[in-house]
Amino acid sequence: MTAIAEQQRVWQREERRAGWRRAGKRGLLYTVATLFALFAAIPFAWMVFTIFKQNTDLYNGKNNPFLYNDPPTLDNIRLLFNQTNYTTFVVNTIFVAALVVVITLIAAVPAAYALTRLTGRWGESLGIAIFLVYLVPPTLLFIPMTRIVAELGLKNSRWSMVVVYPTFTIPFCTWLLMGFFKSIPWDIEEQAMIDGYSRLGAIVRAVIPVSLPGILTVIAFSVAMTMHEFVYALAFVTSSSEKTVSIGVTTELIRGDVFFWQSLMAAAAIVAIPVALIYTLFLDRFIQGFTLGAVKG
Amino acid sequence: MATIEVRGLTKQFGDGPPAVDHIDLASEDGEFLVLLGPSGCGKTTLLRMIGGLETPTEGDVLIGGRVVTHLPPRARKIAMVFQSYALYPHMSVYDNIAFPLKAQRLPKEEQRKKVAWAASILGIEQFLNRKPRQLSGGQRQRVALARALVREPNVFLLDEPLSNLDAQRRASARDELQQFQRSIGTTTIYVTHDQVEAMGMGDRIAVIDRGRIRQIGTPKEIYDDPADTFVATFLGTPPMNLVERDGLIFGFRPEHFTPANGSHSDDVVRFQFVVHREEYLGSERLLYGEIGSAKAVARFPATTDVELRIGQPVEYVVARRHLKFFNPRTGERTRD
Ligand SMILES: Nc1ncnc2c1ncn2[C@@H]1O[C@H](COP(=O)(O)OP(=O)(O)OP(=O)(O)O)[C@@H](O)[C@H]1O
Ligand SMILES: [Mg+2]
Repeated sequence: MTAIAEQQRVWQREERRAGWRRAGKRGLLYTVATLFALFAAIPFAWMVFTIFKQNTDLYNGKNNPFLYNDPPTLDNIRLLFNQTNYTTFVVNTIFVAALVVVITLIAAVPAAYALTRLTGRWGESLGIAIFLVYLVPPTLLFIPMTRIVAELGLKNSRWSMVVVYPTFTIPFCTWLLMGFFKSIPWDIEEQAMIDGYSRLGAIVRAVIPVSLPGILTVIAFSVAMTMHEFVYALAFVTSSSEKTVSIGVTTELIRGDVFFWQSLMAAAAIVAIPVALIYTLFLDRFIQGFTLGAVKG
Repeated sequence: MATIEVRGLTKQFGDGPPAVDHIDLASEDGEFLVLLGPSGCGKTTLLRMIGGLETPTEGDVLIGGRVVTHLPPRARKIAMVFQSYALYPHMSVYDNIAFPLKAQRLPKEEQRKKVAWAASILGIEQFLNRKPRQLSGGQRQRVALARALVREPNVFLLDEPLSNLDAQRRASARDELQQFQRSIGTTTIYVTHDQVEAMGMGDRIAVIDRGRIRQIGTPKEIYDDPADTFVATFLGTPPMNLVERDGLIFGFRPEHFTPANGSHSDDVVRFQFVVHREEYLGSERLLYGEIGSAKAVARFPATTDVELRIGQPVEYVVARRHLKFFNPRTGERTRD
């Protein structure tokens, strides 16, 4: 009986220890997760608080940036919409992003498909070569690009960005999509051909739907790249009516050494928050997409 | 229903020996024809050429007497089940099965009827709303078969459809598959490297080695009358014993290899057999040893008592009618 009791005690002790270890692990996990959440959320919160602050409140260094010491105001948003072409910037951004996405998909999907499926060993090296193109920075390329844009007669037009942005979105997205296509078994496509479709039909019915996470990832990347691109836009476009958000607000809300911080923050938040929400809604797909691409790429 | 025939079919990948080397093969209508051979012998390549997924380097494929060598897969009216089952992961089981019907632009109502029919034959009605990833291996196989069945193809091409199943499932799946083929009576070409499957299921077996057909025949013919030493040793576990003697290779099955027990019959050939090891398998016993320097195996039902003297030569005999003779240079059968 003593042996059994002894055994029981040992088990109980072990169990308690395991319990503590579990609790410790969980606590650590939550702490880290909370820190990350704060890290991601605080800039947004700061932005949003800043938007409605009066100058007297904002520029007093002793004030807490997360409290309103003077009553909040909508003046800054009014300034953004009435004294700059902000609406036009947003429309231009959407315009450029949409066209860039379309062009990127039209070029990158077939290219990535061909590189993974049809060229055998060469595909891989060509894919890497294409990716290297992406690594050449715009700060180097904008000078020759300016000439090309001028030759095409697109100087000072939003079309210049539509033409130039795919030079970096296509290589990157092709490379990204190659990872996705590699993870899709050939069999599915051949099965679709047996089941009665042509190769093109098989790609459209079987390959594209399965690679939807990859395609969504590519769309997200293209949009994000278009939205934050700065160097080309600054080099090609000067008139206010053709600007995108990224250069529009920075050139028109920073006048000499005067920064219209609240309006700048409003301009950034108005485009960033919807994008963040869309990302969050599609998050599952995205994570799946990113990891798939990461493992296979 | 239709027959399948290939004439001088060859496939060369790059340089090196061809994967499929001038194969001639003709099925009968409604036949269950098995392609059997070791890994890498070109079975899949042959099947893919019949299906139109691979272009032959040379030769022709005929389905129902019509040359289809240059037709794309969709024009051949065939159904193929891949080793991986190749279910569409983003579609429900229902949509998977209906997929070939969609390709034919069949009216929705008719699609529904046909899917229900195929699903009931294979007993998967209750899974129609699931996604493939929610199914077990055996269920996936049945979905793949239902998808193949639903378009009422001229021929079925099956590439090792059972290799993803565990041993127990495989035995029952073998049975189901054979009954299924018998009941629909569609000409079927079945690829496997598993001789048990081949022997158990095939009306006829084509044994393939390095891209060539070594022998075609019923399971009994292939087992009892192998055309060469490759076929003789590829079939049977353990395989046929081969012993070189008098400028010939003598071949005999382990089950025909028995102790002489002092008999003086003239109808037998005698061998001095040295046993090294015994294997007890429940229903039978295997004795591993050597005749001269050649390895040999004897096999007995576990019920017979055999005196065991490990390491010492014992006289064993084989009845003459169970002996096959092969040419030692070519490995081919020399008619006795
Ligand atoms: N696309 C290809 N490119 C180059 N060589 C290939 C290709 N497909 C098959 N081969 C080669 O052709 C030979 C036959 O291959 P196949 O897939 O037909 O063999 P198998 O009999 O089906 O083998 P397993 O039982 O392993 O499936 C192999 O040596 C293989 O390496
Ligand atoms: Mg194979």
